Amino acid sequence: MNFFRQCLILISSILISLLTFVGISNADGHKGFKLGVVTFLSGPAAEPFGVPAWNGGKLFIKLLNEGKVPAPYNKKGFGGMKITAIPIDESGGATKQVQEFRNLVQRDKVDAVLGYVSSGDCMAIPSVADELKALTVLYDCGTPRVFEDASYKYVFRTAAHAAMDNIAIAKYLIEKGHDISSIAGINQNYAWGKDSWKDFSVSVKKLSPSSEIKNELFPKIFSGQYGTEISALMNSKAKVVHSSLWGGDLQSFILQAKPRGLFKRTQVVFSAGDHVMPGLGNKYPEGVILGARGQYGMMAPDTELNKWFYKSYMDEYGVFPAQPPYRMVQGLMGLKMAIEKAMEKNGGKKPNKDEIAAAFKGLEFDSPGGLVQMKLGDGHQAIQPHAIGTTAKDKDGNITVTDIVRYKASCVNPPNGIKAVDWINAGFPGADC
Amino acid sequence: MSEKLYNNLLFQSIFLMSFLILVGLLIPNWLVFVITKAIAYGLVGLGIITLMRGGLVSFGQGFVFGIGGYTAGLLGTQAGLTDAMLLLFVSFLFTGLVGLIIAPLLARYRDIFFAMLSLAFSMVLYGILIKIDAIGGSDGFVLPESTYFGIKPSSEYADYILYVVAIIMTGFISILLRYYYDSTPGLIALAVRENELRVEYLGSSAFNVAVLNFTIAAGLGGMGGALNGIALGHIDPEFTYWTTSGEFVFISILAGYLSVPAVFLAALLLELVRSFSGRYFPDTWQLILGLFLILSIIFIPSGIGSFFKQFFDRLKKSK
Repeated sequence: MNFFRQCLILISSILISLLTFVGISNADGHKGFKLGVVTFLSGPAAEPFGVPAWNGGKLFIKLLNEGKVPAPYNKKGFGGMKITAIPIDESGGATKQVQEFRNLVQRDKVDAVLGYVSSGDCMAIPSVADELKALTVLYDCGTPRVFEDASYKYVFRTAAHAAMDNIAIAKYLIEKGHDISSIAGINQNYAWGKDSWKDFSVSVKKLSPSSEIKNELFPKIFSGQYGTEISALMNSKAKVVHSSLWGGDLQSFILQAKPRGLFKRTQVVFSAGDHVMPGLGNKYPEGVILGARGQYGMMAPDTELNKWFYKSYMDEYGVFPAQPPYRMVQGLMGLKMAIEKAMEKNGGKKPNKDEIAAAFKGLEFDSPGGLVQMKLGDGHQAIQPHAIGTTAKDKDGNITVTDIVRYKASCVNPPNGIKAVDWINAGFPGADC
Repeated sequence: MSEKLYNNLLFQSIFLMSFLILVGLLIPNWLVFVITKAIAYGLVGLGIITLMRGGLVSFGQGFVFGIGGYTAGLLGTQAGLTDAMLLLFVSFLFTGLVGLIIAPLLARYRDIFFAMLSLAFSMVLYGILIKIDAIGGSDGFVLPESTYFGIKPSSEYADYILYVVAIIMTGFISILLRYYYDSTPGLIALAVRENELRVEYLGSSAFNVAVLNFTIAAGLGGMGGALNGIALGHIDPEFTYWTTSGEFVFISILAGYLSVPAVFLAALLLELVRSFSGRYFPDTWQLILGLFLILSIIFIPSGIGSFFKQFFDRLKKSK
């Protein structure tokens, strides 16, 4: 009996301490800027994607708070406000993320949420964000549908969507004279994978109507085992194999396909292929055509801002930054610029979410990956320049990216108001290359 | 007279419900939301407990949870039905009906065979749902905002109103369940748990008890799924995944089969621990959650409900 009573006391004390926690978390001041950051911190997408992204974000926030970032980002924090970041794990599926998002907004009362790598999460969050009137910056996810199928007041995406990656790869294949008479694809069975394959296969068909589709494979996301799929791809004898696999899935696919000779027999293209390079090192296959979802990492432009970021990241973590940290920093830069623009207008007070949202619309800002323009989805969706390259071994035997072709943002992104797939089907009208 | 009223189940329940509804006005919005979610999970847990009383444990309550959620979601998006109360009720009935159809198949099995077969059902549904692109495939889809008697509440009050609806509907269901547990068929379930063969010899059917309990559990699970979907505003096939089913089993083990309110308390506790460990230990939240599960199984093996029972037993003795 005594034992049970103690247990009861234990439980109630846990509850009370939880509630005090709440009290504390709600009580701390509102002078700074509270930012919820959602990215993969566990599961197969964490090590190659979520963690490097957050490393980049953490470093950039630290440098911003110390005022050590070069112009035009040299103001401390966000317009002088100290940034406090609350990291949250993105794993667990869209439903769990909706709940975590509510917790961030309603319990932690964050001023903005920056996050979401998975397209499934990006499809689920925006409607809740608008319902709760919470400023939300999607920093990475790719599906074009977010702002094509709906419009949101408080949601922005500071990176180009997946159409660009796949259009540019199709163009690259043709410009470099690769044989695209037959294509096959292995993409994950959710928004990102399906949309990527659709954009790529339709682009190829448009640019080279005679090419035929051999195989369309859609394994489940995070399945990690691709033995059967690799056999199917080898048997199909397609000239080009397209894949938008990412994170741990991409690592597993490369490690399983390489010994079976897939990369030697066919031309493999990865629409988001660079972010596993730091992890795989020289195990990365040669002769693969890849994009980094922007001019990132080894394909980054030679600008002062990029040199500064590349070096700071390299010095801090000892590896080169690939796509993920670039993307998160790009999101932070966009948010910072929007906030500071809003502060200029309201006379330097802390802007509210309506003011920030108004300033964010149609914003243009420089990032390490080039000029980002919030041009699509009525000023809520970014476009940015792109680069595609081919992997090769340099003279020391290290894997690098060569044969880089750069594309203007307006060359590989649809104009405002047209859905990506319709634009591709219409034969890229108005593309400025 | 007053003492009689004090001991009356209906009176106690209505008192508790009105208390919770009033408390909902005082606590912050996020906690209202967490409690609503805990009620949804608790409803499914209640279903498992109904089964547990008859000696069965289902590892596949995600099956009914998913059916309930998708019923509410599809009625909302395809048929334009947005009344939350109606959606909850229809999901309850429809999922109960599905339960009644598959129950005769499941009720022939016991123990691990029952558990694994129910798990198989839920994973088959999962496999189907992620393949149907028309309803979002593995991304799921967004539910329209719900209405109440044709009125759409403003977003500040939407959470609270759903909370009130959840408490009232769940409250009355809990009362009915308490009466059911104490009724003849409800008590036969306990006897089946002890000795199935003897129950059969005494002229009752263990098979019928299992069918009835499974149907009730299915209806409850469906309503929980609908409530969860409406509260979150999003539904995906994860609802039917085995890890979701595992959570329900854990909630019922943490609660024990002795008390109805304990189930909701267990669900709330799990929800709070999960959300706070995710908030304060973003890198290691699974570890914290795992430790909590292990410790609670070691130290409260017969569930939170056993505290309640002992408390009330002592109360009676001291009188």
